[in-house]
Amino acid sequence: MSRRRTGRLGWNVVGILLFVVMVFPVFWMISTAFKSNGQIYSFNPVWFPRHPTLGHFGDAIHRPYFWTDIKNTVIVVIVTIAIALTLAFFAAVALAKYRFSGRKLFVILVIAIQMLPQAGLIIPLYILLGRFPTGNLVNTLTGVILVYLTFALPFCVWTLRGFVLGIPKDLEEAAMVDGSSRLGAFLRILLPLVAPGLVATSVFAFITAWNEYIFATTLLHDQNKQTITVWLSLLSGGNRFVDWGQIMAASTLIAIPVVIFFLLVQRRIAFGLTSGAVKA
Amino acid sequence: MLTAAAATGMSRRRPLGRRVAGGSVPYLLVLPVVLVLAAILGYPIYFLVRLSLQTYGLPELVKQSGEYIGLDNFRTVLHDPLFWHVLLRTVVFTAVNVGLTMVLGTLIALLLVRVSTWLRLLLTTGLVLVWAMPPVVAVQIWQWMTNSQNGVLNYVLTRLHVGNYFQHSWYETTFSQYAMVTSLIVWGAIPFVVITVYAALSQVPHELIEAAQIDGARAWRSFKDVTLPVLMPVLLILTSLSVIWDFGVFTQPYLLIGPGQQTTSNYLMSTYLYYEGFGKNNFGIGAAISLLMLLIVAAMSVVYVRRMLRVGED
Repeated sequence: MSRRRTGRLGWNVVGILLFVVMVFPVFWMISTAFKSNGQIYSFNPVWFPRHPTLGHFGDAIHRPYFWTDIKNTVIVVIVTIAIALTLAFFAAVALAKYRFSGRKLFVILVIAIQMLPQAGLIIPLYILLGRFPTGNLVNTLTGVILVYLTFALPFCVWTLRGFVLGIPKDLEEAAMVDGSSRLGAFLRILLPLVAPGLVATSVFAFITAWNEYIFATTLLHDQNKQTITVWLSLLSGGNRFVDWGQIMAASTLIAIPVVIFFLLVQRRIAFGLTSGAVKA
Repeated sequence: MLTAAAATGMSRRRPLGRRVAGGSVPYLLVLPVVLVLAAILGYPIYFLVRLSLQTYGLPELVKQSGEYIGLDNFRTVLHDPLFWHVLLRTVVFTAVNVGLTMVLGTLIALLLVRVSTWLRLLLTTGLVLVWAMPPVVAVQIWQWMTNSQNGVLNYVLTRLHVGNYFQHSWYETTFSQYAMVTSLIVWGAIPFVVITVYAALSQVPHELIEAAQIDGARAWRSFKDVTLPVLMPVLLILTSLSVIWDFGVFTQPYLLIGPGQQTTSNYLMSTYLYYEGFGKNNFGIGAAISLLMLLIVAAMSVVYVRRMLRVGED
C-alpha cells in the first residue's frame, strides 16, 4: 500500500513538472503582455509581472488595421460557416439516413479532401481566383471565403453526419406516422435535435477559419483587407526594435476567442474521439 | 481544422436503423455540396493538372493562358537534385515530428492515468489550453522565447548549466532551425494525442491489467500485452493523421524560420513549392511539385481513409 502511495507521489511530481513545461509558453505570453518594457527586456527574466500594465494591450488594439482585420476575419468566418453549414446539413442527412448508389464514393471524397495539404492547392486557387468570371477575386474577402469553403464544406458534412446519426429512429418514425413526408419529418424534427451539433460544428469551423494563415497571406495583399492572423504575423517584421510586449498582448487577444470556444466544445471532441476509433 | 475534423470523424457509433432508399431525394440533398465542391475544388485540381503541363510565368499570368509543354515540368523537377533533397528532408522531418508526438503523447496519456485526480484535471486543462493556441500565435511565442537577445530559453539553459547560451542564436543552422520548428509542432500536437489516447485507455479492461499484475507481470509486459493491443487502432489513426499533417505543414516552418530566411537548405515540401511557384513566378513548375506532393499525401491517406470509411459505413 505504502509503495503504491509513494508511486503516486512520484508520478505527481512528474505530472507537475510536465504541466509547468507544457503550459509555460502560454503563461509566458500572458505574463509578458502585462509587464512593463523594463521587465520584458531585463537581463534576468521577471517571471510574474510586477505592477501589471494594460499598456501593451492598448498599443495593440490601437495599431493600424487591428479592428479592420478583426472585422474582416469575423466576416469571412461567419459567411463561410453560414454557407457551409446550410449546404452541408442536407448532404449530412442524405449520408446518415439514405441509401443511394455513389454514397461510398461521396464519403471517400469528403474524408479524403480534408487530408489534402493546403499548400498543394494554393497555386491553382490563386490563379483561378485571379481570372474569376465575375472579376479578379484575389485580394478580396469573397475569394478567401470561396477558398475556405473548400475545407469547411467537407468538414461540416462529415461532422454533421455524426450528429444526424445520433438521432433516434423512433422520433423520425413518430413524425412519419403523423403523416409528414420523410423529408418534411426530417426537417421539422431533426433541426431542433441537431441544433447542438450545428453549434459544435460551427465552433470547430470557426476555430479553423480564424486560425487559417496560408490562404489568407497569399490571397490578401492590402493591409485593410487582411485577416487577423496575417496582421499578427506582420507585427514582428520590419522594425529593428521588436515590441514583444505588444506582440504578446495582441497574441493573447487573438487567442482568447479560440480558447473560449475550445473549452466549450472540448468535451465533445474528446468524447467523439473515443468510441468510433476504438471500436472501428 | 484537421484536429476537429478527425475528432468528429471518429464519431460515436450507435446502433441505428437501416438507411432507406429515397429515390431521388438523397441526390437532391447532396447536389448542392457536390456542385460547389466541383466548382471550387474539382475544377482547381483539374486546372492544377493542366498547369503542370504548361509554361506559366508572369507573362502567362497576365495573358491568362499558358503554353502546353507536355511533361517538361515534371522532367525538370524530377531531374533536379533539390526536389529529392527536399523530399528526403520532409520525410525525415515528418518521421521525427510524428515519432516524438506519438511517443511523448502516449507516455503523457499513461501518466495521466497514474496521477491524482486534481492533477489530472489540471493537466487536462493545461493541455486543452495548449491545443487551443492558434499556430500563428504559437509562432510568436516561440520567436519571443527563443530570441537570441533576451529569450527566456537561453537564460534557462545557461542557468541550468547546460552550456553557455548567452545570446545564442537558434536560427543560424538548418538543424537548429528545425529543432525549433519541431519543438513548436510537437508541443502543439501533443494535446490531441494525449486526450485521444487517454480516452482510449479507459477502454482497457481493468481486470486484465490486475490479472497481469497478480501474475507478476512487469509494467512493460502488461503494457505490451494488455494495453497496447487495445490502443492499437487509435494509435494507428493518430499516426496516419500526424504523418499527413506534418508532411504538408506550412505555417510553422514558414513563419518561425521566417519568410525571408527560406532557402534551398531549409525547404520543406510545402515551402519549396511555395517559393518555386510564387517566389520565382514559375507556376508551371510549382504546379508540378504541388501535384507530386498531393499524390504522395493521397497515397499516405489510404490507411486513414479506409479506416474512416468503416466508420462512415455504420
